[in-house]
Amino acid sequence: MNNILQFVWLIPVLPLIGFLINGLGRKQLSKSLSGMIGSVVILISFILSVLVFNQVRTGNAATIHFFDFIQLKTLKIAFDFKIDQLSALFLMIITGIGFLIHVYSTAYMHDEEGKDFAKYFAYLNLFVFSMLLLVMGGNYVIMFIGWEGVGLCSYLLIGYWFKNEAYTDAAKKAFIMNRIGDLGFLLALFWLISKIGTVEYNQVFDAANLAKLSSTDISGITLLMFVGATGKSAQIPLYTWLPDAMAGPTPVSALIHAATMVTAGIYMIARSNALFSLAPFTMNVITVIGLATALLAASIAIKQNDIKKVLAYSTVSQLGFMFIALGTGNYVAAVFHVVTHAFFKALMFLGSGSVIHAMGGEQDIRKMGGLHKHMKITSITFLIGCLAIAGIPGFSGFFSKDAILAGAYGHNPILFGAVLFAALLTAFYMFRLYFITFTGSFRGTHDQEHHLHESPAAMTMPLIVLAILSIVGGYIGVPEALGGNDALASYLSPVVKSTIHHLTHNTEYMLMGISSTLIVISIGLAWSLYRKYSVPPANTGFGKILENKWYMDELYQMIIINPLKWIAAFFNNILEIKLIDGTVNGVGKFVNYSSRQLRWLQSGQVGAYILLMVIGMLLLFFIQLFL
Amino acid sequence: MDIKAYIALSVALFTIGVIGVLIRRNAIIIFMCVELMLNAVNLLLVAFSKMHAMSAVAKASATFASDAQIFVFFIMVVAAAEVSVGLAIIVMMYRNVHTIDVNFLNRLKN
Repeated sequence: MNNILQFVWLIPVLPLIGFLINGLGRKQLSKSLSGMIGSVVILISFILSVLVFNQVRTGNAATIHFFDFIQLKTLKIAFDFKIDQLSALFLMIITGIGFLIHVYSTAYMHDEEGKDFAKYFAYLNLFVFSMLLLVMGGNYVIMFIGWEGVGLCSYLLIGYWFKNEAYTDAAKKAFIMNRIGDLGFLLALFWLISKIGTVEYNQVFDAANLAKLSSTDISGITLLMFVGATGKSAQIPLYTWLPDAMAGPTPVSALIHAATMVTAGIYMIARSNALFSLAPFTMNVITVIGLATALLAASIAIKQNDIKKVLAYSTVSQLGFMFIALGTGNYVAAVFHVVTHAFFKALMFLGSGSVIHAMGGEQDIRKMGGLHKHMKITSITFLIGCLAIAGIPGFSGFFSKDAILAGAYGHNPILFGAVLFAALLTAFYMFRLYFITFTGSFRGTHDQEHHLHESPAAMTMPLIVLAILSIVGGYIGVPEALGGNDALASYLSPVVKSTIHHLTHNTEYMLMGISSTLIVISIGLAWSLYRKYSVPPANTGFGKILENKWYMDELYQMIIINPLKWIAAFFNNILEIKLIDGTVNGVGKFVNYSSRQLRWLQSGQVGAYILLMVIGMLLLFFIQLFL
Repeated sequence: MDIKAYIALSVALFTIGVIGVLIRRNAIIIFMCVELMLNAVNLLLVAFSKMHAMSAVAKASATFASDAQIFVFFIMVVAAAEVSVGLAIIVMMYRNVHTIDVNFLNRLKN
């Protein structure tokens, strides 16, 4: 194709059409048809994305203008798509992994009724549409439209089984926390508009570089944007929604809360790297929060017993890693980790879905064990995912995590130590999960044991594809120290410019050696502890704190939710009921009272009427005389 | 005589008439008080007409001196007509309520 860019509008529109067809026709379509429609539109979008990527790789980036969205005298916001190296990469990830998850879902969700099944695919397609808008937008407003859209779809999909109140509570929690972050993003947008009157990417970056924005402006705007990113990408303090979001179907967790939506924050910051590089204070904040989140979530994951919750906290922790990379100016490493994390985390989520499917809905790993001999494909692919996330050399996670570690070391060796500790925790809890679930002896009920079986091909094929990607996906970013040419960095260089210190090759070898050795030791520790796992007694002390997530939810309940409830109760009881209702009802009561008094005037006595007439005449007479 | 005396008398008569209308219960007495008010006004009109009879305006115009006195005739005519109608209403009222006490006219009550 000569110029694929003229068809680029199809990439988001096709999932939108899939959403409309599945959504409106959900009562008429058969299950296989709606699954096929949902998957095929994503497949076509994926093929188009690959063609776009090919074109952009040779340097043909473009901004495609569609129409003027907002046109005021001073403010002009156009609806355009910016197809450049960064967005082309994300396009492939979203549509590619999206397609695999759609195929997986056709098997995973087949117990649902026809119209719920179609509703699921409609929501998934709408999500892909919103995410594509987010990454393709040519200015912050279009990104924000997609941003809001993915938040909405996250709510719809987490609360998919809406008859369960706990699930809808989780959906509301996700949406509300997202919205708190969105407020930060909006304020940043307004600040931008008030200062330079434009939100289009290139104009904003040029204005920042040419010092049209003061440094306080840039710090404020970037901080507010980061607040938006904390909401969307589950960092402290807005991360507690993500573990609760596991209430949704597992493919949803894989797509939204591992591979795509939660990476929107990283995309936003990577896209705005020109702005962020000019705001050192914000970068420090990002690093600190990323590190804190990575450590906190990893510590909680060590003691979790629900297979999906471990993966959820793992996601939060890995997102923390990505933010550490962003905070140290290592934008390329962050994007690299987004890509590799999408592969292995989606793989592990889908694998856990396969396990849950085989266990008949059971998610507690204490009741699993020894699943390897019943589900070989799931077990092996899950192991590959674990090896990748741990960062064993040769797997994709090694290269991306190493890039983050190297950047951290260049920034501050102590930071390197902390990040390395988080990586060790990652390897530990991930292999704890693997060993408890797949090795040892089965600890569930007899019925569950009979039901154990490998999943159908529609579920195992995506697992295999993602496992292969988890192995080879790292080779796009092999650093020079190991003989590669860091293809990813050079590919992204027109739009993403890292500001890291480059280390000598010897330092890099040393770092790689240290990290790999310690990670292997960590895995070995997990192997020795959990290889023959039997359910231990209840946790006490520090273990109990970790198991209860450091009581963060309870803390939020105490310091935020309860005061809000008191304020709401105050406003309701005192202001609303007594004051406003009192006033409105009081008017009514007054009218009632005065009408009862005025009724006495209508006595029917003619004499009284004549008296009133005379009084009236006298009044008029005197008024006319004196006024 | 001083015009003030005439004004005083007229006002007194008028006030007595008003109070009588308001206070008395017998319908015929009320009518008499209405007549009293009308005649008080008549008195005043004639007094003013006589007061201005020798002024410059009166000498210039042919009818000015006697305008008010003619008006008095009109008022008397109106009073007579009103009495006839009013007495008819009182007769109707007696036929219905068998009394001419106006305090019983409260069918417009509530």
